[in-house]
Amino acid sequence: MKKNFKVVNNLTPSVDGKGLMQGRGVYTDDLAPQGALIVKILRSPHAFARIKSIDVSEAEKYPGVACILTKDNVPHVSFTRAGQGYPEPSPYDKFILDEYVRYVGDEVAAVAAVDEETALAAMKLIKVDYEVLEPVLDFEKAFENKSVIHPEDGIHDMFPIGFEPKKNVAAAYEMEVGNVEEELKKSEVVVEDTFYSQAQAHAMIEPHTCNARLDEHNRLVVYSTTQTPYHMRRIICKTLGLPVDRVRVIKPRVGGGFGGKQAFHGEMFVSLVTLRTNRPAKCVYTREEVFGCSYTRHPMRISLRVGANKDGVINAIDCRTLSDTGAYGEHALTVFMIVGSKVLPLYNKVKAVKFGGKVVYTNHVSAGAYRGYGAIQGNYAVESIIDELAEALHMDPIKLREINSMKEQETSPIFKIMGEGTEGTEMIMESCKLPYCIKRGRELMDWDKKYPVKKVGDHKIRSVGCAIAMQGSGIPFLDMGSCTIKLNDGGSYMVTVGATDIGQGSDTVISQIVAEALQTTMDKVIIYSSDTDLTPYDCGAYASSTTYVSGNAAYNAACKMRERLIKEAAVELKAKPDDVEFDGKVFKAGDKEISLVDLSTGRLYNNDTHQIAVTESYHGHVSPPPFMAAFGEFEFDTETYEYKMIKYVTVTDCGTTINPALAKGQVEGGIIQGYGMASSEAVIYNEKGKLLSNTFDTYHIPTVKEVGELVTEFADSYEPTGPFGAKSVGEIGIDTPPAVLCNAVYNAFGVRIHHLPITPEKIFEAMKEKK
Amino acid sequence: MLVKFNLNGLDVEINVKPGEYLLDTLRNYGVKSVKKGCDGSSCGACTVLVDDKPVLSCSLLTAKVEGHKVMTVESIQDEAAALSECFSREGADQCGFCNAAFALMVHALKKENPHPTDEEIKDYMVGNLCRCTGYQSQQKAIKAFLGGKK
Repeated sequence: MKKNFKVVNNLTPSVDGKGLMQGRGVYTDDLAPQGALIVKILRSPHAFARIKSIDVSEAEKYPGVACILTKDNVPHVSFTRAGQGYPEPSPYDKFILDEYVRYVGDEVAAVAAVDEETALAAMKLIKVDYEVLEPVLDFEKAFENKSVIHPEDGIHDMFPIGFEPKKNVAAAYEMEVGNVEEELKKSEVVVEDTFYSQAQAHAMIEPHTCNARLDEHNRLVVYSTTQTPYHMRRIICKTLGLPVDRVRVIKPRVGGGFGGKQAFHGEMFVSLVTLRTNRPAKCVYTREEVFGCSYTRHPMRISLRVGANKDGVINAIDCRTLSDTGAYGEHALTVFMIVGSKVLPLYNKVKAVKFGGKVVYTNHVSAGAYRGYGAIQGNYAVESIIDELAEALHMDPIKLREINSMKEQETSPIFKIMGEGTEGTEMIMESCKLPYCIKRGRELMDWDKKYPVKKVGDHKIRSVGCAIAMQGSGIPFLDMGSCTIKLNDGGSYMVTVGATDIGQGSDTVISQIVAEALQTTMDKVIIYSSDTDLTPYDCGAYASSTTYVSGNAAYNAACKMRERLIKEAAVELKAKPDDVEFDGKVFKAGDKEISLVDLSTGRLYNNDTHQIAVTESYHGHVSPPPFMAAFGEFEFDTETYEYKMIKYVTVTDCGTTINPALAKGQVEGGIIQGYGMASSEAVIYNEKGKLLSNTFDTYHIPTVKEVGELVTEFADSYEPTGPFGAKSVGEIGIDTPPAVLCNAVYNAFGVRIHHLPITPEKIFEAMKEKK
Repeated sequence: MLVKFNLNGLDVEINVKPGEYLLDTLRNYGVKSVKKGCDGSSCGACTVLVDDKPVLSCSLLTAKVEGHKVMTVESIQDEAAALSECFSREGADQCGFCNAAFALMVHALKKENPHPTDEEIKDYMVGNLCRCTGYQSQQKAIKAFLGGKK
């Protein structure tokens, strides 16, 4: 275990922090071509309808309109917008434009015009004759409903995922280890409860944006706010019938993704418009479209039964889940499985565990990938019921977790059974400092003095709640990242990676890994990422994979470069490579030496000239989970039930923090996003299925005023399979706030809130019921 | 219509449509540091300074800045660079989409209230949404910046 790091695990400014603060125009819409056609999308006013006919004749005649796309003139090829690897674990249930519209806001037509005003005016002239159908707006009534949301032909799954569209089922899954019913029967204490989570919005500040142009080779060049440029290229080509060599996808700087930019939002339209008109085209989602026409977190109902002995040993967990994927099945199965696979292994001492249920279609806005990806929903339910179990056992909730939770060198049978839509892979926890995280967090919160509740004023009380969490680090055997390093004259390195920086800082983290491995400084590393023409392949930014998977690729490439440099220097020094020492600046063999500056410059201009470059890849065989213990303190008004966060303590084991400041940013940003889901981000539909919470005024994400003191620490941990000991840290931060808040509310008032978000009104109603 | 104003220290004359908002005018003119986040005056990403006061450019008609002084982050480059060092140190660097607006807000805050309390910083910045950082790191960075710490 190497620990004397010079760059990694040191305070290192972000490579792009200064330029971004100074306002460089490097985001997707900043780079849209001058004079690009503006693409606006005509959207369905109905939650469910069949388009009998569309008449665009008048709209097409409107001066300034270049092109109108409808179901009648675009390829009729089913695909999934999910933005996953191939073959996708999501159903191919989407057409570019379709005969059916399945939620208020679904795409009916796309109008490309010289400016926005013209496009919007022309859109009004499109005549659509709808046959309005009965929508399914309650996900608990979707299964085998007489309204079938996907009655059309030509849709299919890529491998069995339980896809039964005629029953409104996008995916289904069942697993069992041991015999849960028997173990529950044998248990001395059994608790059961059901929890509902909402369709949280990603609400990244940069809207979904894309633009397309033809280059001088007449190749289609798409700029997109995407998390998955390579998947995007593959899906565009496959769906539009283009060879891969005719398309280039570029991801410029992205203003936040959180999973919301893993999929497609407008890229098919700008591509088609550009191919048909030979003009550049761009599409920028309005904020209402970002909320109501992209996709959300999967709302879920999670029912749990947990059985334990009086000594606190948990015997069995049964987890039944129903998930609402909305109109389309993006990530339907995989998000669903993560509810089990990234939560239940926390309690690995059980003799039996069961997980299963269905993912159903409804006429809601589609659901898709979102940071946490099922783990936050599962964590809310499981970490709430663990507190219920603690109460039933008259046991300290922290002690109950300490007895039953995962420890280093342990495993869970779930890892082998449940993977990413398929079977999983066995793994032993080589690094798991969860016991330390729990112990340290308890101290930092001063839990023993604060638990469960203290009166602090006339009608003010403060209570605390806790939860533990885990996530993964990439998808083993599927995710691949790669990295090319090219030596420049002057001894600097040009690093190109497919890894996708969406604001989480991967360009910085990868640069640090390269700098550390090559014993150089950050100013000698230049990074360029995510351009399908210029950078090597990477699956993209999802599944907490970048630091671990792409970081390992960068590490491999840097090690290869080092080896290569030593061989080159050995030739110059007329020595054996084994006798050459390299400190990052100078190569020495005996009394002879050559500097990297001289070697690199010589290789381009003088001696034995050739380009020194290496490419290496990485794909994992395990997905080492990061772990976290979280403790929240909240102040409640006993008259109004209004509350605020006082303090939120987390201690995280993510292995080595490659960039401690950025790691802290990931954890704290995750916590406050999770706290928004827990506390204020209510999702409201009207009775006709129109999303009403579709602006920052109607959908309340946390502001600076709602944030209490965040105490963020990391455990001293080293993951042997990670680059310089690192695991992931991008998602885990979001997982705990719903359960922590729910448990704190219980500790304050003795009521458990079963629906997110936890509002003062819900506490009030629960109090009424309690009395 | 032709609108004349001072943009980042230079007098400009820009042809705009009646009813055009300053955000669109600036972006069309090539000032890409000003961002559109919400089209509803509720995220703060389009903040510019008009006569040194923060204004949401998405909801200010360009015609209204006739004869006024408009500043974007391009006119406070050194200050933005110094603020970014504080952001980096505190872990407040993330997507950066809203950072130019933050820099302008901090510049204006410094002029109005050079020694704000924590609560005053929060009150001043409350209209600038951030979905990435969880805010605390930004608050610490702003405090360090205003405290003159490097």
